Amino acid sequence: MSEKAVKPAKRARTEMPVQPPFVRIQNYLEVALGYGEAEAMAEASRCIQCKKPGCRQGCPVEIDIKGFIGKLQQGDLPGAYKVLREYNSLPAVCGRVCPQENQCEGMCILGKNPEKTGGAVAIGRLERFVADTFAARLAGGDAACLQITGETACHMSRDDLKVACIGAGPSSLTVAGYLASLGIKVTVFEALHEVGGVLVYGIPEFRLPKSIVRREVDAMRDLGVEFKTNWVGGKAITVQELFDEGYKAVFIGVGAGLPQFMHVPGENSIGVFSANEYLTRVNLGRAYDFPNYDTPVFKAEQVCVIGGGNVAMDAARTALRLGAKKVSIVYRRTKSEMPARLEELEHAIEEGVQLELLCAPLALNADENKRLVSMTVQNMKLGEPDASGRCRPMPIEGDTRDIPCQLVIIAVGTRPNPILLEATKGLALNKRGYIEANPEIGETSIHNVFAGGDIVTGAATVISAMGAGRKAAKEIAKRLLGAEA
Amino acid sequence: MNYRILEKKVLIPGQTTLLVIDAPHVAKKAKPGNFVILRTSEKGERIPLTIADCDPVAGTVTIVFLVVGKSTAELNTFEEGQALHDFCGPLGKPTHIEKQGTVICVGGGTGVAAMHHIAKGHAAMGNRVVAIIGARNKDLLLFCSELGNFCPEVLIATDDGSQGHHGFVTEVLKQRLEEDKNVSEVVAIGPVPMMEAVAKVTKPFGVKTTVSLNAIMVDGIGMCGACRCTVGGETKFACVDGPEFDGHQVDFGELRLRLSQFRPQEQESMALFQHKCQCGEGK
Ligand SMILES: Cc1cc2nc3c(=O)[nH]c(=O)nc-3n(C[C@H](O)[C@H](O)[C@H](O)COP(=O)(O)OP(=O)(O)OC[C@H]3O[C@@H](n4cnc5c(N)ncnc54)[C@H](O)[C@@H]3O)c2cc1C
Ligand code: FES
Repeated sequence: MSEKAVKPAKRARTEMPVQPPFVRIQNYLEVALGYGEAEAMAEASRCIQCKKPGCRQGCPVEIDIKGFIGKLQQGDLPGAYKVLREYNSLPAVCGRVCPQENQCEGMCILGKNPEKTGGAVAIGRLERFVADTFAARLAGGDAACLQITGETACHMSRDDLKVACIGAGPSSLTVAGYLASLGIKVTVFEALHEVGGVLVYGIPEFRLPKSIVRREVDAMRDLGVEFKTNWVGGKAITVQELFDEGYKAVFIGVGAGLPQFMHVPGENSIGVFSANEYLTRVNLGRAYDFPNYDTPVFKAEQVCVIGGGNVAMDAARTALRLGAKKVSIVYRRTKSEMPARLEELEHAIEEGVQLELLCAPLALNADENKRLVSMTVQNMKLGEPDASGRCRPMPIEGDTRDIPCQLVIIAVGTRPNPILLEATKGLALNKRGYIEANPEIGETSIHNVFAGGDIVTGAATVISAMGAGRKAAKEIAKRLLGAEA
Repeated sequence: MNYRILEKKVLIPGQTTLLVIDAPHVAKKAKPGNFVILRTSEKGERIPLTIADCDPVAGTVTIVFLVVGKSTAELNTFEEGQALHDFCGPLGKPTHIEKQGTVICVGGGTGVAAMHHIAKGHAAMGNRVVAIIGARNKDLLLFCSELGNFCPEVLIATDDGSQGHHGFVTEVLKQRLEEDKNVSEVVAIGPVPMMEAVAKVTKPFGVKTTVSLNAIMVDGIGMCGACRCTVGGETKFACVDGPEFDGHQVDFGELRLRLSQFRPQEQESMALFQHKCQCGEGK
């Protein structure tokens, strides 16, 4: 693999094959196809194995990135996987959905001077390659343990030590996998009919195939984790009842799923949806395959998606795949302030998503049957930076316009879901309604009740939810197993 | 999980069916006014249904549904001994029940089933419950004898006059409110036009009126907003803020239109299902 003529660092980042835009908007399959072995080795060899790697500091869970790429450079795939797994419970997921450009790759020394160096090492793509390739080669008795830990030494599940997780998103799945590998019996209670949280109901198949999530969940099942779907924490079971039933600790990972609306006139018109509803119908309900699946989704020729984050990108790209003629993202600021992952924004634009920048919805206009026909927007300009460091959008007085559309998808953020929180006496919340948890160990105001992920931080990222789950799991293991852990 | 059907009773052939489901953890917690969400198969959509009755000791939940589209048509093909794919509950806020005197419970169509559970709750609290139920004709009346078990009066209205009052439940209700000034609350569950009409009748009497809204739902736990309704000028989520609301505050017109959102898809799905059934490939 070594190419002596060129110093490794001078080669440009290895491109990852993708489905061409005109092909992929006609299907719902994964866009990015992943590295083959040769591409992965070529990219791994670009890593110069810094003495003080910046990438690791950029990673919210401080993965030993240099370590796993080092193993890959030596052709040691199991070794690379083991290093990843020491820090990251969902490498195949994170390799696909992390905003690497702001995290590890953003701190890679090769990214500082891309003309000379060819750009940052494609850490996310390598992470994905390692996770996918390792999992594909697994077979036999130790497969589940290897999948979850990268090692063959998982403990047998013991029924005397039980832990409950409420919600089955990445934070809870991390807790479940970690504890199960140590032999602790974990039961996960999930309100929906499928396990995975946002990974299955929010993030579309074309970005994160459901089979990736299922692979993780199946391995956890093999290690003895029990998944109880259709169980709403706070309704079907309370935290106190879990303790009464003998659970020694409870982890709350219920996410921040409540959609926010804009409170503009006409918002309840037919054709106006929250991104959560739109995406849940399509992803959880598989409405892209209607009527083979029963859940319907609303279709229209002209679609506006409001917001500039990942959720907005996912909704816009989904609408294109469902046959919309024109899909516009409507955002108050400019492209550079958009919080979406760069790759997602680029993919969306390639696919034909239009950007309506510097404008904010004023009203949603419907006909006499309450069917949406257009949206009136206020044109904006950028003012001084606000607390978040982004320039504050300011309305240009009297400057409004109408955008014709029959479908509007609102992706302007979410709030905590209060069902479980209201049903749990003594659980301290912060001013915004999220759970107060000790940042080191994730414990809440109730002894042995832990929380992590979006329900603590507000809508964030998969990697941070997973990191929080891991911290809590370590503490739970310490308390339950004592010196054994 | 195995949500087995312990009993199936065809209440109105091809139209309304009662199922008793084995779901102990739901039965243990379910209160009047709660609903469940179920799916028939891996490809099924999430169907919300108000609980018609439950038995915490036997661990069963009773649901009654009207065949309105593909999903309920498919549900209607299930027989005793078969299991539902998913069954989630109890959902929604339970009915607010307190000791208050006379409560009139009005039910129309399949809504009588859900009303039954609420009426039972009021009766158990020691309230005097007057039931008013209506249907097109006497063969379509539901839960008449069950209501008789705990309601001192069950008043009936049929469109064709085949039993009870010849006309609408609202007429019976109006007469009652004129005669009896001690009614503390009216509860109405049924088709949207019926609930709207009930709210209109009770308004001049100033009687508290509770209606249960059957909005379109997806998750049923507040995560999507599919079920949003306007109540007193504010947007509410029927699944978590309701399903019961003050009938005098509900924007029924909006609800009716929102319920028609997916009509074309519903028709497409139903046509395909019927075609499959005719060709013998159905379930
Ligand atoms: C459309 C979309 C795209 C995104 N894209 C990205 C991305 O590209 N990269 C990235 O890093 N992050 C992304 N995110 C954010 C990321 O998905 C979340 O930060 C992460 O999933 C949070 O994990 P969690 O474990 O806290 O909870 P969630 O994933 O929200 O899962 C919570 C689970 O709890 C369940 N639940 C809720 N209430 C109850 C209850 N009372 N009882 C039982 N169960 C309950 C829910 O049904 C859900 O399954 C995206 C989010 C969305 C919505
Ligand atoms: S059904 Fe989704 S919020 Fe009510």
